[in-house]
Amino acid sequence: MGKLKSVQEAVQMIPDGASILINGFYQQGAPEDIIDEILVQKKKNLTLMNNDAGTATKGLGKLIYAGLVKKLICSWCGLNPLLPELVEQGKIELELNPQGTFVERIRAGGYGLGGILTPTGLGTIIEEKGWGTRVHLGGKDLLYHTPLRADICLLEAYDADWVGNLIFRRTQRCFGPIMATAADLVIASVVTPIQPIGALEPDHIMVPGQLVDVLVQQRR
Amino acid sequence: MDIRDMIAKRIAQEFKDGMLVNLGVGIPTRIPGFLPKGISVWLESENGIIGFNGLAKKGEEYPFFIDASNSFTTILPGGSIIDSGLSFGLIRGGHLDYTVLGALQVDEEGNLANWIVPGGRLAGMGGAMDLVTGAKKVIIATEHCSKDGKPKILKKCTFPLTGIKVVDIIVTDLAYIEVTDEGLVLKEVAPGVSVQDVIAKTEAALIIPSNVPEMKLN
Repeated sequence: MGKLKSVQEAVQMIPDGASILINGFYQQGAPEDIIDEILVQKKKNLTLMNNDAGTATKGLGKLIYAGLVKKLICSWCGLNPLLPELVEQGKIELELNPQGTFVERIRAGGYGLGGILTPTGLGTIIEEKGWGTRVHLGGKDLLYHTPLRADICLLEAYDADWVGNLIFRRTQRCFGPIMATAADLVIASVVTPIQPIGALEPDHIMVPGQLVDVLVQQRR
Repeated sequence: MDIRDMIAKRIAQEFKDGMLVNLGVGIPTRIPGFLPKGISVWLESENGIIGFNGLAKKGEEYPFFIDASNSFTTILPGGSIIDSGLSFGLIRGGHLDYTVLGALQVDEEGNLANWIVPGGRLAGMGGAMDLVTGAKKVIIATEHCSKDGKPKILKKCTFPLTGIKVVDIIVTDLAYIEVTDEGLVLKEVAPGVSVQDVIAKTEAALIIPSNVPEMKLN
């Protein structure tokens, strides 16, 4: 039970200026309880990495609206109308990644690879902005991208045991199993009561508990 | 027939039983309603669904299950849930038979612009760049001209690109066009539309075969 912390204790482990991978697609898979506590504790100058940018009232969008974010790496931000304004005013730095490039950069970061090579984004804004670098290898033009890692990874899981083994439900999974490999401190917010060791079927586990540092029990 | 339905119906005829396909927002989402009898396909959603099966009924929404348009969804028997890495592995790795997407502009070389209007609100490319780069076949479903009547099929795209030389087929309310190494080939015209109509509303050069049949929609 050593990994269990209150949401307040868990968020106290996040320093100002931290880089944070947050799971979620339209914020499904994102731990709203932890994000709300980051708002309460007013963590500042955060660099966030997520598929999208949330909304004014959902997921990491709340942190953007509260002015706590200095940089965002994402693939889509269509439901966050404030973000383009903040980018224009120079108040937040935005780096766009094609969604498949984004997840694969995180996988490279978590799996100990030196980066990724992909044809996605050739001849587009990705190359123009220098977010990916064109290389010619093996007779092909490709974009090279650096790996992505973060100080913290935040995610929501449906089931967990005291080892920290995690199981997701449906599209809560999305980036979770990959993001959990790519951060120094992984915090999971668990929907159902955390189960005794041995209760979860080993074949069903989607994130091995050795990757998970902190468990937060959701209250519903 | 509604022209968007017509486009969807024509594209539906391209589908073969058991294919794995990804459908973009707008016209493409109408395609499943027009699949020929005996044809069923697996719909892929970028956030990790194979075999999603339309919107959840009101009151039956499962809180952890949404599609790529942020709607509560359902899954077919035999479908599966995958993580985002595998989802884009399928997309980029050539395992996806078709992707059908809308277009702002498409040009003679098969270049596609569909993720941002210059000066328009910033939204990001999401999975579109991976889809057009990785799918075995990229089918564009679009109205032939923009709302203000300007051609969308151009000599050269002027909007920011989604992918270079990626489009295989363009289906509009006027025409079925194939992208080849030689250029755009007009393969079919919509019912009641002449070859001259299509040429007049297309900025790009079209290769016109000696026989251009009418689309069969029944």
